[in-house]
Parts: sequence; C-alpha cells; structure tokens
Amino acid sequence: MNNSQSIELSSVSKKYDKSTVVDDINLQIKTGESFVLIGHNGAGKTTLMKLMLGLTKPSAGQVTVLGEDPTSGAFSARRGVLGYLPESVSFYHHMTGLELLGYYARLKGVPKTEVKKRLEQVGLLEAAGKRMNTYSKGMRQRLGLAQAILGTPELLFLDEPTTGLDPSLRRDFYQIIGDLRASGTTVVISSHSLNEIEEQADRIALIKNGKLVACGSLEDLGRQVGLPVRTRLVIATGHADHVARQLEPHYQVNMVDENTLDLVCPVDKKIAVLHHVADLGDTLLDISMTTPRLDEIYLHFMSGENP
Amino acid sequence: MSRMLHTIPILASKEIRDGMRNRWVAATILLLGTLALTLSFLGTAPTGELKVAALEVSVVSLTSLSMYLIPLIALMLSFDALVGEFEHGTMLLLLTYPVDRWQIIAGKFLGHSAILLVAILIGYGTTLGILIYVNDVDTTGWQAYVTMMASSLLLGCVFLAIGYLVSSLARERAVAIGAAVGTWLVLVVFYDLALLSALIIDEGKHISEGLFSTLMLANPADAYRLFNFTGFEQIGRLAGTSGIETGMVAPLVSMGIWVLVPFLLTVLRFHKREL
Repeated sequence: MNNSQSIELSSVSKKYDKSTVVDDINLQIKTGESFVLIGHNGAGKTTLMKLMLGLTKPSAGQVTVLGEDPTSGAFSARRGVLGYLPESVSFYHHMTGLELLGYYARLKGVPKTEVKKRLEQVGLLEAAGKRMNTYSKGMRQRLGLAQAILGTPELLFLDEPTTGLDPSLRRDFYQIIGDLRASGTTVVISSHSLNEIEEQADRIALIKNGKLVACGSLEDLGRQVGLPVRTRLVIATGHADHVARQLEPHYQVNMVDENTLDLVCPVDKKIAVLHHVADLGDTLLDISMTTPRLDEIYLHFMSGENP
Repeated sequence: MSRMLHTIPILASKEIRDGMRNRWVAATILLLGTLALTLSFLGTAPTGELKVAALEVSVVSLTSLSMYLIPLIALMLSFDALVGEFEHGTMLLLLTYPVDRWQIIAGKFLGHSAILLVAILIGYGTTLGILIYVNDVDTTGWQAYVTMMASSLLLGCVFLAIGYLVSSLARERAVAIGAAVGTWLVLVVFYDLALLSALIIDEGKHISEGLFSTLMLANPADAYRLFNFTGFEQIGRLAGTSGIETGMVAPLVSMGIWVLVPFLLTVLRFHKREL
C-alpha cells in the first residue's frame, strides 16, 4: 500500500437541498500521511469527512477510499480498518466506559484484550466502570479516541478532536496519534485551532465555503501567500513617535501603544530591518521578529480576496 | 460471511441488555403476568366449570387483551430504534463500523423480539403452569394456550416492524412516539370500529361474509384474533366467532406479510437516509 493514495476525491460536490456544502473539490491523501482540513465552522470539513467515510453520497464527482467507493455495500465489511472520532461524539449514556468500548471492539472484531489497553492509553481505566452520563466532555472525547483507535486503524478520521480538552490532555492526545502515525496510519484531522495542528500536519487543506482554497505543506502555503515578516520594537518612553517617523519611509509602521511599534516588511527585507534598528541605539529596549504562522496564512486565505 | 453472522447477535444482545437495564423486560413480564393471572382466575369464575374450560376461557380473554396490549408494548419498544439513535448522535458512529444498515435493523429486531419472547414466556407461561397445576388440563387446552403465546410473539413482531418503519420515517423522537400511538389507534382500535360501523350501515347488502373475512384478515391484530379463535373449535364457540371460517393458515400468512413488508420498507428507507 505504500506510496499509493489512501483517499482520492475528484470533482466532488455535495448539495443539501439547495445549499452547496462541498463545491467541486479535488484532493488526494497519501497512505501514511497526516492531512489536516482547516476552515471556519460550516466550511464543509465535517461533510468532507462524512463523504470520505461513506456516510453520505456525493451529489457529483467520485470519492475513492482504499481503492473503493466508501458508500458501496462491499466497503462496509472493510470498515474495520477505519477509525472515526466525530465532532462532539455521543455515546449510549446508560453504558459504562468498559461496556461501550467492549461493544465497539466486538463490532470491529478486535480482541477483548485490546479494550483495557486502549482505556489505559487514554487514561480512563479508573473511570471504566462508570456510566457515560457521569463522564465529562473531556472524558467522552478520550473515550471517543479510544474507540477510534481500536484495532490500530489504517485510516483515522478525527473531527475537531481536541475541543474541550485541556492542554496537557491535548499533548497526550497528539502523543497517541503520533504513535499511530509511526505505525503507518493515515490520519485526517479537521480543526480550527491552527497553531496546535501545525506540527501534526504533513499537508494542510484550507476549505472555505465548501471550496478548496489552498492545499500543501506549511512551507508551500507560506510561499504561496508571500506573507510579511513582522518585527516588534519596544522603544524607550517618549521616543516612539520619533522612531516611527524615521522608519515610515521604509516600512509599514503600526503603533501598538506608546512604547511599541510593529514593522511589516517582505521576507527579503529582514536584514535591512536589522540594520535600521541597530541605528536606534539606546532608545531600543527590545526586539522580536515573527515569520508567518499557520493562523496568519489562514487569515490571509480566508479574508476574502481569494476565491 | 462470518462477520455478517457475528454482527447481528452483537447488536441484538446490546438491545437485550438495554431492555434489562432500563427495566423494560421486568416491567413487561410483570404486566403480562399479572394480567394473565387476573384474567384467568377471574375469567373462570362465571363458567362454573373450572376443571374443563379454564384454559380455553383464559385463551379467549387473553387473546382479546393481547390484541391491544402486545402491539402497544412492541411499538413502545421499537418507535425509538432508529430516530432515537439519529437524534442522540450514536447512529453516526455506528455506521462507520463494519455494520450494514440492514444488520442494524435486523439486530434490533432480534433483540426486541427476544425481549418479547421472554416476557410472553414468563408472563403468560406462569399462568399456564399454575392452571395446569391446579386443574386436570386436557391436551387441546394447553395446545390452544401455547399457540396463543406463540402467535402473541408473532403479533409483537408485526408491531416491532411497524414501529421501525415509523422510526425510520420520523424526523424526531417526539414525532415518532405520536405516530406510533396513532398507528396503534388506527390498526387496533379504529379499524374494528370502522368495520363494525360499516357492517351496521350496510345491513348485509354489499359486505359479504367473504369480504368481511378478508377485511378482518387484512388487519394484523384481527388476523391474530382469528388465528386464535378459529383454530380450536371449543374456543371459537366461547369467543362467538364460529361463523367465520378462515382457518389458521390465512391469518398466519397475513401476520407474516405484516412483519416482512414494514421490515423491508424500513431497510429501504434507512438505506436512502444520509447523515
């Protein structure tokens, strides 16, 4: 299966009644890749996942998952190799964690011994005997991950997986996903918490109003956008106005407060900035430079001047 | 193939465990048991011949009661089956598992009918045991009673299937429960009333005995009654249905169709549903 496409969408559209939720999307996800879908709520990320999972049929175009149409009857028997964590997952609330995971394991044909192992992995072993209706959002989310990774899936779909998780749990969460990726699992994650996802992504697809706006690695996207470098200067009290006037002919200068200035310039003018700034002498108290991050790239693509 | 054979029992056993957990099984057993006992012992009093007719009288009164009660119990078990899981969001996840949609319905059907089977066996069976114990019962008597129990299960299956259809058509739970009660009223209560009114108005001009039998057979609850009342001669006499001669096969076929058709329609409808 190496080097082949796990998932392929060609000219896929999905309409519900009259609204187009997914609009003519082409994309390929390679085996073993970690692929991130990013977009606003309602951009069509969840629908894209449902299309890939075969839960819904495309209105036009073709979805191929592991070489088959995921809505076909033949595919349903192969679903054992899929894992899915829906957005705000719900479970049968009268069942305990252990019963529930046992039930899903039986349906997937996964040996019973794996149930305890997965519960331990997500830190729910102690709460395994408690019913779902006593579980917190974070616990349900962890149980959701546990069921998704039963049987070490070939393809793992995570829809907004870390909403409601505190930072330390997020780290555990990505640790588990990292282990799975190491074992060859293809991971598709949708998210709008951008910076958290940066390190997880081999490639990123930006979705806007059901359209694929951009797709590629973080570097690719950064290059496509040509976003500027931002330099933040902290100036001694009383000198900021003066410094701003001095730099204005060369850069775009934004006054943040009476001590702080932001210089915005293209990436290739980075060094020139340093030269200029060196001339400021003692009036300069602090300096920091930021290169574009995913959230800026995201904002750039989402801000309307793109299709 | 082996996976297919595994999946349905897994789904069914979950339904059974759910039924035990939320006391459905216990409540149904208690309800059927109490009613069977009460009717059998009250029902035998006016005949004055406790020994011979006890079971037959019980069959007649229990059939008349089951005709209303079993459909209601079955509908209450099944109306939620699909719409409840859609509304609660558990269906989404279930459908990403290696489970066919028809298997989900088949699993629920198997589980729910097992609940009905246990409730009928214990609820009605206890009375049978007691009646056999306190009376010298002849063979036809308990045969009729056991037949009544078996057909009650079949009637239950009919209304399970109808309940799933309601559940697959309804957009929300609240609508489904209303539709289930409405279905029960139409099929079990109003149908008979309408038929009776038609007979009275018609005064035997257009509705022949044959047409009347067919109309009775067409309704699953009436088919159930005909099955039990026409099968055994003595019971027919007690129930006052000696005039109608449908035999036992036709009502059985009718009920079989009433299981199959709603079931298949549910599968069809469920397959078309998108998430």
